[in-house]
Amino acid sequence: MLFQLNNENLGYKQNTVLHNISLSIAKGERVALVGESGAGKSTLLSALQTRFKNKAALIPQDVGLVRNLSVFHNIYMGRLNAHGAGYNLLNLAWPQKCEVNQIKPLVERLGLADKLFKVTGELSGGQQQRTAVCRALYQGGSAVIGDEPVSAVDSHMASTIMKALNAEFDTVVLALHDVDLALKFSSRIIGIKGGVISFDQPTDKLSRQDLDFLYEG
Amino acid sequence: MSKLLSIPDALLNRPQNSSMVRTSLMFVGVALVCLYFADTTISTYDPWLEIHRMMLGVITPDFFAIDTIGSALVKTVAFALVGVSLGAVSGFFLAQVYHLRTVRLACSLVRSVHELFWALIFLQMLGLTPLTGILAIALPYAGICAKVYSETLEEAEAPALQAVPLGSGIVSTFFYVRLPEVWVHIVNYTGYRFECGLRSSAVLGFVGLPTLGFYLESAFNEGNYSEVSALLITFYVLIATIKYWLRPKLLGIYLIAAPFLLGGGADIKLGNVIRFLTVDIVPAPLRGSDLLDISNWMNFFSWAQNMLTDQALPGIIATIILTQIALVGTAFLSLAFFPLISEKFLGKYGRMVGHLFLVVVRSTPEFILAYVFLHFWGPSMLPAIIALSLHNGAIIGHLMGRYSNEIRLRPDHANGISLYGYEIVPRLYGQFLAFLFYRWEVIMRETAILGILGIATLGFYVDSALADIRLDRAMFLIAITALLNVGIDSLSRHIRQRLRLSRTVQNHSRVSAQTDGT
Repeated sequence: MLFQLNNENLGYKQNTVLHNISLSIAKGERVALVGESGAGKSTLLSALQTRFKNKAALIPQDVGLVRNLSVFHNIYMGRLNAHGAGYNLLNLAWPQKCEVNQIKPLVERLGLADKLFKVTGELSGGQQQRTAVCRALYQGGSAVIGDEPVSAVDSHMASTIMKALNAEFDTVVLALHDVDLALKFSSRIIGIKGGVISFDQPTDKLSRQDLDFLYEG
Repeated sequence: MSKLLSIPDALLNRPQNSSMVRTSLMFVGVALVCLYFADTTISTYDPWLEIHRMMLGVITPDFFAIDTIGSALVKTVAFALVGVSLGAVSGFFLAQVYHLRTVRLACSLVRSVHELFWALIFLQMLGLTPLTGILAIALPYAGICAKVYSETLEEAEAPALQAVPLGSGIVSTFFYVRLPEVWVHIVNYTGYRFECGLRSSAVLGFVGLPTLGFYLESAFNEGNYSEVSALLITFYVLIATIKYWLRPKLLGIYLIAAPFLLGGGADIKLGNVIRFLTVDIVPAPLRGSDLLDISNWMNFFSWAQNMLTDQALPGIIATIILTQIALVGTAFLSLAFFPLISEKFLGKYGRMVGHLFLVVVRSTPEFILAYVFLHFWGPSMLPAIIALSLHNGAIIGHLMGRYSNEIRLRPDHANGISLYGYEIVPRLYGQFLAFLFYRWEVIMRETAILGILGIATLGFYVDSALADIRLDRAMFLIAITALLNVGIDSLSRHIRQRLRLSRTVQNHSRVSAQTDGT
């Protein structure tokens, strides 16, 4: 098992959002979390993320970029632990050619090639989101956790991002508000409603109607 | 029902407002009592004569003394550049260890001693050398920069931290995530500090360094008011145009050139430095004597007691009296000044005149203002009160004016004096008090230093001790001054917390950045 929670209450400080959550996610699974906004998807993801920090790359809901640094530097940050401080500082002042060459294909894939050395604070919401996705792709590893990683991009780009994440990571755990994307790109869907997991099924056993239930009154 | 519901709200609001008013009235009362004891006599034979001659000078500035003016400005800028850079860089490193108690304490002590006092200390130690001026600026600026930088870093949110992989190391994380988040703040604050540094550098001329103050003083003594006016006008232009000539790209060139423009001076003699540190500043009864002998310590205690009762105490009393009067004077003048630059009260052209007036008054260091007024009225507290109130009133008035422009009013609001009294001042009042209390410590530090001009505050006793070459006494009095400043600082923090003013000021570092300066 890659991620495991046993009968836990999750939330922020004294405020419990999710009750008695038991969940295990195995290597190779592509999990989508669905549910109304405020249902607790982010709570569940951040619990997974804080507990298994070294196991997964993260795409936070608020993108988590340094607004005053360029797209290049924000993406490079995904592997800040791969080099010593001296090299990192050198690369901060003078972007190193070999790092640029590694990052270039990523930004080209997500249509950010012309923004590589733009400061992220000046980009649109969708471009910032793509930068955060690139950072996770660059960080690599076996798993990725993403909180609404395609909420600010158009449907074409959303498919591109979903394909890229599925191609680069063995295990993918994403919160998604778009039910069709969940059905198309995941192998398992977890529905959250009323502070509990309301269903947890392989995708091929679910239909749109099953998911629409989550969003009713 | 709705009336009933609104009562608790009103009750919740009332205590805070009335305690603000009560505190204000208390401070005004204290100032009135102080005013009763303060010496505010005019001792010059014909005060209007000097004012008249000065005014004549103001309207006939003599820019032909271009050599003097050029040299004065270049040196003033060079000392400010080197001093502030050194202070900012050391402050930046100190900010990384600012959580350590000893570092915090050391920083608060070095910044509670005025630049001019530092200059007087280093003059004794190093002689009249460029290093004296540089250290006099760098040391207190390192202390204040360390505090502000560390607060800025602490308060900044860094959402990217959650995405940084484990094991990235403190240094890499700091430079990639934490520092970029606050970089703009730090650059802006350091720029503001540089402006303060120009004023500090100018004032250092009064103790003999070759900056603006030196030339001002000699022009004054010669009664050459046209040159005084030319010096001051070019200084204002220099400060007003900082953003055009202080470019990040040019900074490197300036910093390389500046050390060569400081001018020479006497050689630093290591022997002097050692003697200063090991002999001169040791209290006389303990100097070169057996520290195990109890009678030497008895002598020291009676020496300290005499120092306290004869010099420190009268100095402290005069310093406090002057500070409290100047604080309330500042309060009244800032309330009078802020409409001058407020869109709520004046049109475009009126505001331009207002801006010009406030820029001139707040760009002139208190010390220079006091020096000028002293020429008019002779040495009493009056020139100091007016100088301190004008300068600080212009600074706070400027900030309040800017805040008043952000206030949104309903379309049918009143105008003129009713608008001022019913809408604007009540809304700005919390902010106004917060600014004043931040400024309190600065006013006290300046008050002490004005003693050098002959007003009987602590600086007067320090200056006399130095004139008698009794360095132990001078250091003792400077230490007392520093403690007094630290005390006022914590009292001000206590009052701000009690009145819950820290919440009124949304962005602490922004406000302290604008109000803690010299």
